[in-house]
Formats: sequence, structure tokens, C-alpha cells
Amino acid sequence: MLHVDNLSVSLGDFKLSDLSMTVEEGEYIVVLGMSGVGKTVLLELLSGLLKCDQGSIKLHGKDITHSKIQSRPIRLVYQDQALFPHLSVRKNLEYGLRCQHTPVSSMNRTLDALSTQLKIDHLLDRAPATLSGGEAQRVALGRALATEPRLLLLDEPLSALDPQSRATIQMLLRNLHRGGQTIIHVTHDYEEAVSLATRIVLMENGTIVQTGTPNEIFRSPKTKFVARFVGIRNFVAGELISASDNLNETAHFIKNGIQIAIMTESGSGPGYLMLRSEDITLSNKPDETSALNVFKGVITDFIQTSAGVEVVIDIGFDLSAIITQKSIQRLSLDIGKAIFISFKATAGRFIGES
Amino acid sequence: MKNRSLLQNNFEPLHLVFMGLGGVVILFIIAPLLGMFLKTSPYEILETAGDKEVINSIWLTLWTAMAGALFFAIVAVPFAYLLARKEFPFKRLVSGIIDLPIVVPHSAAGIAILGFISRDSLLGQAVEPLGLNLVGSPIGIIAAMSFVSIPFLINAARDGFVAVPERLEKAALNLGASPIRVFLTISLPLAWRSILSGLILMWARGMSEFGAVVIVAYHPMISPILIYERFSSFGLKYARPISVLFLCVCLAIFILLRLLSGRRENVTRR
Repeated sequence: MLHVDNLSVSLGDFKLSDLSMTVEEGEYIVVLGMSGVGKTVLLELLSGLLKCDQGSIKLHGKDITHSKIQSRPIRLVYQDQALFPHLSVRKNLEYGLRCQHTPVSSMNRTLDALSTQLKIDHLLDRAPATLSGGEAQRVALGRALATEPRLLLLDEPLSALDPQSRATIQMLLRNLHRGGQTIIHVTHDYEEAVSLATRIVLMENGTIVQTGTPNEIFRSPKTKFVARFVGIRNFVAGELISASDNLNETAHFIKNGIQIAIMTESGSGPGYLMLRSEDITLSNKPDETSALNVFKGVITDFIQTSAGVEVVIDIGFDLSAIITQKSIQRLSLDIGKAIFISFKATAGRFIGES
Repeated sequence: MKNRSLLQNNFEPLHLVFMGLGGVVILFIIAPLLGMFLKTSPYEILETAGDKEVINSIWLTLWTAMAGALFFAIVAVPFAYLLARKEFPFKRLVSGIIDLPIVVPHSAAGIAILGFISRDSLLGQAVEPLGLNLVGSPIGIIAAMSFVSIPFLINAARDGFVAVPERLEKAALNLGASPIRVFLTISLPLAWRSILSGLILMWARGMSEFGAVVIVAYHPMISPILIYERFSSFGLKYARPISVLFLCVCLAIFILLRLLSGRRENVTRR
């Protein structure tokens, strides 16, 4: 549905170069990258707020590279919402519809449906300055959605919010996506990316370095940069069985029949377990430790990295541990050797899938 | 209570000296005006208020200054927006030209305007077939008043537009608004307070103009000229009541407008 070809732009010191990507109808794309890699520039190019030097943007087969901003069926939600401060919430929501000269009756119907869906019906007569961060974000989303855009662009929609509102908005975005809305969401937070994206686009220095499902990106980062950015080599898809109501009890993450104890407040369901390689300890005997997770496995590979040696251990699925060369000698590790690994329940991090 | 304790905590002898100096300044402004009020009896003011010539001049002053401000609001505010948003060649020169009337001596400005609208000028000849003579007409007065007061409007409006975040305009464009719609529904309302205060300033400055107007149009007489005429023909005592009356009218309107524009701000904040 969206085809971006060799998009390039120079803005002073910053360059976005040869960026190509394709987005299918109904996809939830998360563009992931550190600040300053050009994520926001990409959104501004797509919405037409910035003109590109080279390349083309096609939406539903129609070339919109040089279309006017106001004629593109693309809406952008700004990180700081950019609500119009002199207009009430209602007028903010109506703004796009009024530009299209929508009849009042159908405008009211849209507004009713939208404000119920976003739970902002009690805020309609308020001024934007009086809204909390989460409320303002919902209003900004509503304002963008009112005109039923083909493509919704979100610039760091969760980063300025408190954890509570973040969860609410995240749920909302998930529901929007389920409703068929095509979304491009820009963030620097990989947890956001993992929990929302159907596809992740990784950006570095003004260009795309890797595109793939969360699983592909985290399991096999293409470049050193991606690996470092992602920071976590152990990225396992599986299912969570949450603990009962007792918060002090651990939940269990299950993969290939293997149970891993972790601490999480998430509810049961499919998702990903993330485990830092540094948090895994290797030993030749099943020591008695405070760590809840002790597994027996077989070493399948050694990989030299700048941080140390990455040891890949098969315990029913692959996990990697980073240890020093010295430890390898001390434990006389070798490929094919059986070994015990252990890590604490608090080391595992669970991210629920939508 | 809170203020008092603040004052005590930060007591600084030097500030006392500064306050004394400030008192001199305030006195310098208030004393002559107050003196003028006190030396004028209510009877004299009432009598002046019944003087047809005086009333006509005050009315003429009010509406010509207002007309100039409103006319140039329509012409100059969009230009002020351009100055705030766009970079173009010779922008500094253009800004300098806008400030020029502030430094031109007002009598010289009057001479320049007179040359511009006299019967011999292009403009004068253009309107002559219509039976119009700009010299000595309200239009001449408006031109002279506007010439010396327009920088106040343009500069205030430009500052107002600069303070409107460009992001909001982009957001409006992104929601499908045309540029003119963005200007009318976003930029203009958000800069409105500055524009209004620019209008008030331009209007007040236009009303008080003497030098430029006296050269372009001695008649019909605006109040500042009438005051001067009464003074030079009859003396201080006869110029005082009309000065007081004119001052009161100006102050009343000025305060009223300030209050109105102040209330607007409260509304948008709430």
C-alpha cells in the first residue's frame, strides 16, 4: 500500500539517504532507532511536511511525492500532541472534518463514536491545557483518526507518558491495529517495538539497516549496531503462565516444554522472554544457588565478541551467555560438552504480544 | 502577607535608592498631568464639553486614527505574518524600512506626506477627477497619522506570529487545512492578543500625532491641533480644559481596550 523508494534528503548536517520500504495494508510498523537517526524526518517526509531531494513515495499506487500536505490521506500524531491551545477538545477533534466540509450531522456521529472509543467523551468541552498527558495523547489520536486516514503516523506516542497512561494508550493502539488501521510508529524503545509491531524497521544514520518481525530482528540482528542496540541476544518466543494473585510468586514462561521462572506483572499469554547474556552463569555442577532457574544443556558454539566470548548452549532451545576467556579455560568448556546454566528469576524480562 | 515577608527578607539599602529614583520618574510623569487637572475647574471642563468645535475635533481624531489602524490592520497583518515566518532577500532592509517612521522627525514626515498627496503629485492628480483634494481632508489626516504609527502595529503583529509554534500550523496542514485556513483558524487567533495590542498602540499613537498632521491638514482640526491653536491664540488657560477633556477620552478608551484584551487572555488560559 505504501511504497517508499530511495528517499533522500539533506538537512544541514543530517542526511537521510536511499531509504526504501514497503508497508502493507493493516501492518503495524515500528521504526526503531536511537534519537537523531532520522525517524521523525521520515515521518515528516511521508506526511509532506518536509520535501525530499530525491526518491518517490507511492500510496495505493498513486505517486504522492509532490502532493500537497493537505491532500495526503496521512495523519501524523506529534510526540507533544500539538493540540490547538485556543480550541476546545471538541473543536480540536472536529478540525480535520471541518476542513473536509463534512456535514454537521455526520461530523457529530463520527465525534460520538470516536470519543466513546477513546474514552474522551467527558473531556469534549475542556481546553487542551487542562488535560493530563494521557488524555492529551488520546485527543491527539482522535483528532488524527477523525478523518479516517489511510495511514497513521505516530511520533514517539508513548515516551512522554506515565506508566499508567502508557499502558492505556498501548492497549488503544493495539485495538486500532486490530481494527485494520495501518500504522507507522516511531520509537527508541525496543519494548514498545516488540509489544506492538508486526514488523520492525531498524534505522541507523539516516537509513534503514534491517527490517523484519520482532523475532527476526532480535534473534538475528544483521549488524553489530543492531545487536548492540538491541542489547539482548536471548530473545525467546513462548507462552507465559502468570502466577496467581500472589505478587511474590514467580510466573512461568514456557518454551518447548521447558519452564522458566520469571518475575512479571503481565497476565498469561504469548510473548517474548528477554534475557541478557551477561546474566547467565555457567557451571560444571548443578550448584545450590539462590537462582531459581538451573538447566542442563550442551554447548553448541563459541563466538568471539568485544565484550567476551559468547557461548551458545542448547537447553531445548538456544541461549547465549557471555563469559571471559579465562572462565572458559577454568571450566574447560568445549563444543559438545554438557554444562549447567543458571540465572535468577528477576533476570528474565517478559514482553507480552498483542 | 507573603509579599511583606519577601520584602523584609530581601531588604537591600541599594534598592531603597533605586525606589527613590523611580519615584522621581513617576512624579515626573504624574505631576504635570495632575497639575493640569487641578488647575482646571469642573465648570471649565463642562463648558468645553459643550463646545461644538471641541467635540467635533475629538470625534475626528478618534475616528481618523481608528480608520488608519483598521485599514492597515488588513494590509499589514498578513505582511507581518510573512516577516515572522519566511526568509527572503533583503529582509533586514525591509525590517529597517518598517522602523523608519519612528526615526523620521514628524514634521519632516508631514512634509513628505504632503508632497505625496498634494495636487501636483501622482496620487493627487489621480483622485482629482473624482473631485477629491487629499490635502486638508480626513484622508490626508489618516495618511499622516498612519505614517508615523504603522511600525507599532507591524512589529507587534510580527512578534505575535513569531510566538505561534510553527508545529501547530504544520499539524493543521496535516489535518487537511489549506494555507489560508491555517492562517485564519490557527495563526491569527493565536497571535490575536499581540495584534490587538499593536492596534491599540497604533491607534493611540495616531491620535496623539501633531507634527505630521499639522502640515498635511490644519483644517479640519484634530484635537492636538485645536489645543495648539487655542494656546497660541488665547493662551494657556484656554488650552487647558480641552487638553484635559481629550486626555480623559483617550485614557478611558485606552483603559477599556486594555481591560477587554486582558479578559480575552483569561478566557484562552482557562
